[in-house]
Amino acid sequence: MAGTEPKVTLDLARGLGLTADEYDRIIQRLGREPSYTELGLFSALWSEHCAYKHSRVFLSRLPTRAPHLLQGPGENAGAVDIGDGWAVVFKMESHNHPSFIEPFQGAATGVGGILRDIFTMGARPIAILDSLRFGDPADAKTKHLINGVVSGISWYGNCFGCPTVGGEIAFAPEYAGNPLVNVMCVGLVRADRIHLARAEGVGNPVFYVGNKTGRDGIHGATMASATFDDEAEAKRPTVQVGDPFTEKLLLEACLEAMATGAVVGIQDMGAAGLACCTSEMPARSGTGMEVELSAVPQREEGMTPYELLLSESQERMLLVGAKGREDELRRVFAKWELDAVKIGEVTGGADLVVRHRGEEVAHVPVEALTDAPTYEKSYGPPAWLAERQALEPLCLPEPDDYGEALVRLMGSPTIASKEWAYRQYDQQVGTNTLVLPGSDAAVLRIKGTRRAIAISTDGSGRQVFLDPRRGAAMAVCEAARNVSCAGGRPLGVTDCMNFGSPERPEILWQFAEAIEGIAEACRALEVPVVGGNVSFYNETVQAKGATSPWDSSGGTAILPTPIIGVVGVLEDASRLGTQWFKAAGQRIALLGPDGVSLGGSEYLWTLHDRLAGRLAPLDLEVERRVQSAVRAAVGAGLVTAAHDCAEGGLAVTLAEGAVTGARANGGVGVGCEVTVEPGRRLDETLFGEGPSRVVVTVEPARQREFEALMAESAIPWRWIGTTGGERLIVHASGRVVVDVAVDRIEHAWRSGFERHMA
Amino acid sequence: MRFGVVVFPGTWSDCDFHYVISEVIRQPVKYVWHRDRNLADLDCVVLPGGFSYGDYLRAGAVAGKSPVVEALREFVANGGYVLGSCNGFQILCEAGLLPGVLMRNECLQYRCQSTNLLVENVETPFTRGLRAGQVLTMPISHGEGKYYADAPTLAALKARQGIVFRYATVEGQVVKAANPNGSVENIAGVVNETGAVLGLMPHPERAAETAMGGTDGLLLFQSLLGTLVEDGTFLKR
Repeated sequence: MAGTEPKVTLDLARGLGLTADEYDRIIQRLGREPSYTELGLFSALWSEHCAYKHSRVFLSRLPTRAPHLLQGPGENAGAVDIGDGWAVVFKMESHNHPSFIEPFQGAATGVGGILRDIFTMGARPIAILDSLRFGDPADAKTKHLINGVVSGISWYGNCFGCPTVGGEIAFAPEYAGNPLVNVMCVGLVRADRIHLARAEGVGNPVFYVGNKTGRDGIHGATMASATFDDEAEAKRPTVQVGDPFTEKLLLEACLEAMATGAVVGIQDMGAAGLACCTSEMPARSGTGMEVELSAVPQREEGMTPYELLLSESQERMLLVGAKGREDELRRVFAKWELDAVKIGEVTGGADLVVRHRGEEVAHVPVEALTDAPTYEKSYGPPAWLAERQALEPLCLPEPDDYGEALVRLMGSPTIASKEWAYRQYDQQVGTNTLVLPGSDAAVLRIKGTRRAIAISTDGSGRQVFLDPRRGAAMAVCEAARNVSCAGGRPLGVTDCMNFGSPERPEILWQFAEAIEGIAEACRALEVPVVGGNVSFYNETVQAKGATSPWDSSGGTAILPTPIIGVVGVLEDASRLGTQWFKAAGQRIALLGPDGVSLGGSEYLWTLHDRLAGRLAPLDLEVERRVQSAVRAAVGAGLVTAAHDCAEGGLAVTLAEGAVTGARANGGVGVGCEVTVEPGRRLDETLFGEGPSRVVVTVEPARQREFEALMAESAIPWRWIGTTGGERLIVHASGRVVVDVAVDRIEHAWRSGFERHMA
Repeated sequence: MRFGVVVFPGTWSDCDFHYVISEVIRQPVKYVWHRDRNLADLDCVVLPGGFSYGDYLRAGAVAGKSPVVEALREFVANGGYVLGSCNGFQILCEAGLLPGVLMRNECLQYRCQSTNLLVENVETPFTRGLRAGQVLTMPISHGEGKYYADAPTLAALKARQGIVFRYATVEGQVVKAANPNGSVENIAGVVNETGAVLGLMPHPERAAETAMGGTDGLLLFQSLLGTLVEDGTFLKR
């Protein structure tokens, strides 16, 4: 066997993504040259994707403690206590690189991977949310990517049987050559039944369960740790192929096996497959592990130890069982017609010993594998940023017709209805979904209790581009605000950090600043980060039409895009908030500060093709109070709708209130008539974006109660108008500035994205 | 009435049906494993939605040959009721317990949306609490729901009033625009000759509670149970 393997050299190590320093470090740790198989182990486990080499020092700044936290970062997923003995387990992960190379399978296996992260914890997945970013949907290549990604998510999630209940899709040219596919999954488990990825108990058997191993996805983790170039197509074999049916069987088998009490620890074989599990599980427990690779179920012939360890074949788990209860475990997996093969056991040493047909092919301290070098490279703001920020949007011409500007914004692909995608996803299986996709947050009931959970994802690449710290803090605030608008008290955050190459100082600066912003917002809102994912190297040389000035090194990075997922709890599922106007004659209030800006706004992009300016101020204390006031109002049943002011500003928020409930209201939208203070200039007032703002509607009979609650909440707020009619009318300075038929707005909103996909 | 909810590898609406039967209509219910042939202690067998056996070959094709489905013929001959929804409908067609086949949606995409169903036959155990021409709202969730039968089969189906539900507008107009999958003549659900076997693509279990957006799906269960009659609220409106 060894004779057919390449000779281990520095060049070979480099080819596998290791640096000369890292190679030296391996030799130092082992006291010898690594074997080819060992080099493979190090190259995968020390990849950026597995080891967070460039991000770990920054991630440690995130707040990860809270009284209700059951599991923080470091496991397959995080978990929070939602009361009544239940916990939710959740996490978001990216599958950007595979999805660009092969959109259907890339996105599908992204869903598969995050589902496994959730059910390895013992939780049944109950919700999927997808945060997607693409280039211009009018472009043929982008359309192909959108089609592939959406159908891949649909195929995997639907067949598996977990509803897709939310997420967002946004468009900017910077994503044309590097789309983002971030998938969040939420699972439900009894709080005392959470399983961890640990290899406890010397002598306990190590089982390989699930799908057979093939040659797919070898070095996927390494692929995801490099920038795209013209050779991207040649990397297609590094993309894995999913099988949602097997995953469904694996889910049922794992949960049934866990219920027997014979499962000691379990980990998904995701990135870097068997290599990752056999080193991370013992590393967490201070044990060692011995495995015999020839026992691994294989679907191809002649696989080498190297290939068996690094394959990223899907739908597999490594399970540590309780010694003596092997047959119980085997019976469960046999019932579900899955392989469950003992391939080794937990040892008292601290080494991973890998054998193949009895011959030792790797013998490495697990700690050496999991203790990759970390880097704290120098970073600094990009030189061009000040110039971008300096643009004063009010120097640009005002629209001639504000009604037309609003219709255009409602039809911009980012704001427009995403029903084209959502109707391809099962949104209801499990019969928990109380609020379907299309409101600020999805709401799912917890059967057997009065409770529900609210979930939202958010992240504006444009805002983070212009001000990484504030933009990232705003993303946390917005996701939490969405949850609050649904009536949920935010309990935890998962973050998926999508950035360019961290080896460039300006990208690392964006990352470091964004982490600070997330940390500040999480501290202020008192929500811990329970886990997440970092995706670097989101760059490509082929983006066309991108307006960002990345050019110094020939690569075009995406907009820096931290996607934030927030999960919150509602004590009473019957008191939930949705974003659309319910009926005529209700009073409309705007809660929150006046501070808005056109800098980085959807308006500035859609009407002026600009990505520039400064963001609105963010006062985290005001944010906290506004969210708390909205939750109180929703929880007391005082508001009939609550909608976060986000992309497109106040005018778009009102328009969404008018049209997004049309289907739920029996086919007709509900218009409104409001009066706004003109402010500095009307376009800023109507379309400017700023944090901490929420539009609510109140029945006239509850007006006094609502006013009393607002006074108690000590937040800025005011009445701005009334719902009703078939038009959206805005008055400012004593004249009508917008007067558009709701039908027209609805048509623009319904067709804005879908027309590109037809 | 004693219900059994069949679980194939890949079934996912099993828990939802179980929940509605036990928690909403409060009837005895148990899961039936796909290898089980003993249905003697049941009055109604539910074949739920999902991707049985991964829907390899064709949707429902492998499950149509499974032990539990083979046992259904005798179960029906002995007076049992069978309700197949979504994948369950596909399985009943594949097993020959219902005529026709279900093909890939005309749009070539999966569809999860609300649909309106015009009730055509109210002489079946599942629809006797309804009135002809009534419109029910239930969601669908499938990629292969385009019902097809050749002309003689379709003629025979019509001749015996075998078409129970058609996709329609909210006003009850059977038009192309209301058809989510391109099924022939907007067919959404059919029964066998005796009316004891109903297959439909929509999900009644997802329309069985107000919190889930509607309760029209319950009407099928209530018809079956005759509970509305006993209540005195059962009306042929």
